[in-house]
Amino acid sequence: MLRERIADIGKFVEPDRVRREVYTDPQIFELEMQRIHETVWIYCGHESQVPKAGDYYTVQIGRQPMLMVRGADGKVNVLYNRCPHRGNMMVGDRHGNTGEFFRCSYHAWTFHHDGRLKNIPMLESGYAGTRYGRDNPDCSMKKAARVESYRGFVFASLAADGPTLLEFLGESKVAFDDMCDRAPGGEVEVVPNCFRVIQHSNWKIFLENQLDALHPSVTHQSTGRAAHEVEKQIAKKAKKGEAPLSYHMLSAFATVTIDKWDAFQTLNYPHGHCILTGYMGLRPQDPDTLAYDKIMIKAYGQRRFEEIVGVNIHHVLIYPGLSVQSPLQQLRAVRPLGVDRTLTEIWHFRLKGAPEAIYRRSLAYYNLVNSPATLVNADDLENFWKCHQGLASEGGDWVTFGRHHGRDLVKGNVVETAPNCGTSEAPMRNQMKAWAEYMRGA
Amino acid sequence: MVLRRLKKSVKKRLRHAVEGQHATQHAVEQFLYRQADLLDSKRWEDWIGLFTEDGVYWMPPEPSYTTWDGTPAIFAEDKNLMRVRMGRVLHPDAWSQRPLWGTNHVVSNVILERESPDGEVLVRSRFHMMELRRDDVRHFAGAYSHQLVRTKDGYRIKLQRVDMTNAQAAYDYVLQVWV
Repeated sequence: MLRERIADIGKFVEPDRVRREVYTDPQIFELEMQRIHETVWIYCGHESQVPKAGDYYTVQIGRQPMLMVRGADGKVNVLYNRCPHRGNMMVGDRHGNTGEFFRCSYHAWTFHHDGRLKNIPMLESGYAGTRYGRDNPDCSMKKAARVESYRGFVFASLAADGPTLLEFLGESKVAFDDMCDRAPGGEVEVVPNCFRVIQHSNWKIFLENQLDALHPSVTHQSTGRAAHEVEKQIAKKAKKGEAPLSYHMLSAFATVTIDKWDAFQTLNYPHGHCILTGYMGLRPQDPDTLAYDKIMIKAYGQRRFEEIVGVNIHHVLIYPGLSVQSPLQQLRAVRPLGVDRTLTEIWHFRLKGAPEAIYRRSLAYYNLVNSPATLVNADDLENFWKCHQGLASEGGDWVTFGRHHGRDLVKGNVVETAPNCGTSEAPMRNQMKAWAEYMRGA
Repeated sequence: MVLRRLKKSVKKRLRHAVEGQHATQHAVEQFLYRQADLLDSKRWEDWIGLFTEDGVYWMPPEPSYTTWDGTPAIFAEDKNLMRVRMGRVLHPDAWSQRPLWGTNHVVSNVILERESPDGEVLVRSRFHMMELRRDDVRHFAGAYSHQLVRTKDGYRIKLQRVDMTNAQAAYDYVLQVWV
């Protein structure tokens, strides 16, 4: 029955609206895990999460439990977290160090860091004359079909064929360039904590919110106003002093009023990737920033420095699983758990060679926006849940993405929002276009 | 004779010390109970008032952390940030706070860890909090560690550390006020 319905995916997605079942139907969810998440490049983690040989981190790709492990040769491998013998999960902890090899807790089969079989207890006496042994690749841990990394960010694809990582990322690779270039050393390293927040809603609802420029001043006004009040009090008390920049980031939800969001722009690329420009304005003239600028100029020279800090990005969405805020060195990886349950893993990165104060500034944002005690995302999560509940009802068949539809500027394979149309729902239209292409098997 | 008198005086001093400790234990317990009561009664302003001017409320993401300063934190709030949180929660358009919700704290296992001559106290305790949100009941539990100073108005919190056991797993909830 599903096959019949999916055969005509065109019925589910129109250029400016989408059927509600796309978000709520468990069978569609299974199919999108297969055709999207278990096919395209999915972010596994950063190389600095596994600095030493044997270090591993588990990660979910679609429905597949995987692990990312550093080999003795320095290479990062991505393997299925499964023993080929009886199917036991190889590691039960979320992360750790496996030592010189993996050893299954059930029957002590051992494996090299690249998944190759190392040994089986009493291999000769137990398996002589059988089809099992070191020569049989089915006796090794299965590897992800393809693994590539870009500037330390590791991706895996479970499909043998498809575009390379860089072909897939296209213009969205600027997320990693912008993050790393802002480090005087050109590199970032992970801050060893990951906030893992579960959303009670379909994974696409989260992604559609990320570049939704109309929602902040509606969803987050309570926090914006409260922060603005305290910001004013602090400034008053300190005479000519100023509140920390984190207050400004929060109060922007109230001070940047709803009409001003149209001044921003979104850029929409193939594969569903999108960029939201502007807004953060992270070039204040405080002593911390000036000290940072000095180090940057020394590292890059004036011209290159201007180019780097002039990159005007608020958010990059790498469809279907990653939302990156490069100027603040954080990213959210999306792990769908079920049709109405989504895990987001939120990581923060340190700019190598940048002053401590710059790290602390983005850390404040990481804590305030992304921790489970968030002053910001709490209201998003409430909306996501309500959205999913509403879509499960028969009160209507469609989710509409009509804002500024027809006014987008098409330039080759890039769709730009027209001037003063920053709140356009072009990013959602772009994501659903990619979704439909993937689901059709295109 | 001299020895007996000496013994007596040591005993007396010990008794006083024990009585003093009992008094501190009692006062500190009352303080912890009242703090929990303020949370459950949603008296946010009074709750913030229990902190010293430079007081900090801290919930680390895992027990190995030794400082709130410069590390990822679930909460790391001075009084200013507490006021932002309060202002937000009281705002009619704090959407996640619109539905019915309430909490019930039980604080116990109060261990007086240290008391310095100037009355500064380090006290550890355990908490269990039941939260009702819409139709869902959730349980949160963990350990408090309070660094208290004595003021003319009674104890005030210099640092409250909250190691919430739930924080070890993925967060299937949001914490919109302090625990």
